[in-house]
Amino acid sequence: MSGAIGKVPSRSTFAMCVVTIALGMTATARADDMMVGKTIATQGTAKGVAACISCHGAKGEGNAAAGFPRLAGVNASYLSGQLSAFANGERQSTIMQPFAKLLSANGRSAVALYFSSLPPPAGIKTNDSAAIKPSDTGAWIATRGRWDQGLPACAQCHGPGGIGVGVAFPPLAGQPAAYIESQLHGWKKGVRPPGPMALMPVIVSKLSDTDISAVAAYYAGNVGPSDNAAPVGSKQ
Amino acid sequence: MIGQSWFSKGTLTGLLVIASGAMGGITYAAEGSTPEPSAPSDAKAFAPPAEAAMPTNEFGKSIKLGEQIFTHTQEFAGKYVGNSLNCASCHLDAGRKPNSSPLWAAYLVYPAYRGKNGRVNSFAERLQGCFRYSMNGKAPPLGDPVLVALETYAFWLAQGAPVGEKLPGQGYPKLPAPALKADYTRGSQVYAQHCALCHAADGQGQSSGGKAVFPPLWGAHSFNWGAGMGEIQNAAGFIKANMPLGLGNTLTDQQAWDVATFMDSQERPQDPRFTGSVEATRAKYHDSPNSMYGEKINGRVLGAP
Repeated sequence: MSGAIGKVPSRSTFAMCVVTIALGMTATARADDMMVGKTIATQGTAKGVAACISCHGAKGEGNAAAGFPRLAGVNASYLSGQLSAFANGERQSTIMQPFAKLLSANGRSAVALYFSSLPPPAGIKTNDSAAIKPSDTGAWIATRGRWDQGLPACAQCHGPGGIGVGVAFPPLAGQPAAYIESQLHGWKKGVRPPGPMALMPVIVSKLSDTDISAVAAYYAGNVGPSDNAAPVGSKQ
Repeated sequence: MIGQSWFSKGTLTGLLVIASGAMGGITYAAEGSTPEPSAPSDAKAFAPPAEAAMPTNEFGKSIKLGEQIFTHTQEFAGKYVGNSLNCASCHLDAGRKPNSSPLWAAYLVYPAYRGKNGRVNSFAERLQGCFRYSMNGKAPPLGDPVLVALETYAFWLAQGAPVGEKLPGQGYPKLPAPALKADYTRGSQVYAQHCALCHAADGQGQSSGGKAVFPPLWGAHSFNWGAGMGEIQNAAGFIKANMPLGLGNTLTDQQAWDVATFMDSQERPQDPRFTGSVEATRAKYHDSPNSMYGEKINGRVLGAP
């Protein structure tokens, strides 16, 4: 392909210019989205959307006491997908649905982009090779699963330390325990949509209430003191 | 096992549907599919010792090291590893899971004569093969602490099992021949629907925090052409029993054969036994309908340098 273009230098130059301009426009559009997203997140909208940070924390870190999830560093496509699901009623939440409905599709994408760009909580331990005891139910389910029941480990899809993987597998580390518990119970009761390949309803069918509390506590606690910890993924 | 004498699976499914419908509001019933009668069962398999029973003495330390190598292969045996897989990528539950080529069952059937190299192999030599082919790396020398630890772990897992016997759950299940000849195109559709979410559309898997989470299934970072998983019948058996992860035995045998054919019809690192010619290497090591090595797929001869 490059050979064909190369036969006509002027066309090649032209193509490069187009690419450069397109990239520049994309970067500008992204910066614009980021500004729009930041405004929604920190100030809300004139139509009545409250500032996201009033519940989700100034840095998108979530609110452990209230069980509001952390948004910082969560994949943008995942976040905008959830906002769309709140807007169309697939995912139920009396708090989120009105706000999600009031936002335009662009607004939802922009605010998702903004929160995804914020750093995740510091001190997430991604080294799960340390000795873990089977009696530590939360850590064991998180890193080893319970295969005699066909239950995979959380980390097998949500990544080392639960830092999240790609679009479909959101981070668990640093999420409030109450949030993780409520979502797992939501799948158990059939009120949260099954999600990709309906994986989670099968997973939760193998978890007892005690298991759910234990694994939620494990991931909620997988963050370190913010003063001395390295950001996620920087230390391998 | 429970209640099967009078309770048909169809009845059970019907009851579940009624139950989930009765809850009211928007609910999302789990889409459980009923395994086929041929589905390999994990239930009757040998139970290796519980993790909590692992000794803590010097011997136990070697067992633990073996387990760590098994689950974090790059981290604990990096110099012998040439790709981003772990032993546990294909031997699930740290080598414990039946029908996922569990270590406890493998330990019992060595030493054994292997057609692969035409002689009797010790268990340690069999482990060397894993590194050379499946891990696309270098075989640790016999006596190397890596091999000793892995052998110790396998020995411990096999406590109480009968030496020399092939136990239920050993290796990967042998699926009956597919009703329709296994097909690349149908396999690509199965792949897109059931596999790509995790292993990515291009088969390269997904990483996070610098670690491979979903292993690459083909390409430069996957197993090489000499690995057992490159043989379609092994891949089909593994996939049927274990994939998608957490949803084992939900694909049909036909889907497993088709998607295994698709996966094993992609480019991957050269067979380390390559003789210099694809035809000759195929004739010597891949002369089987279960190997696509040397076959022409999408206009390219697989394995051609």
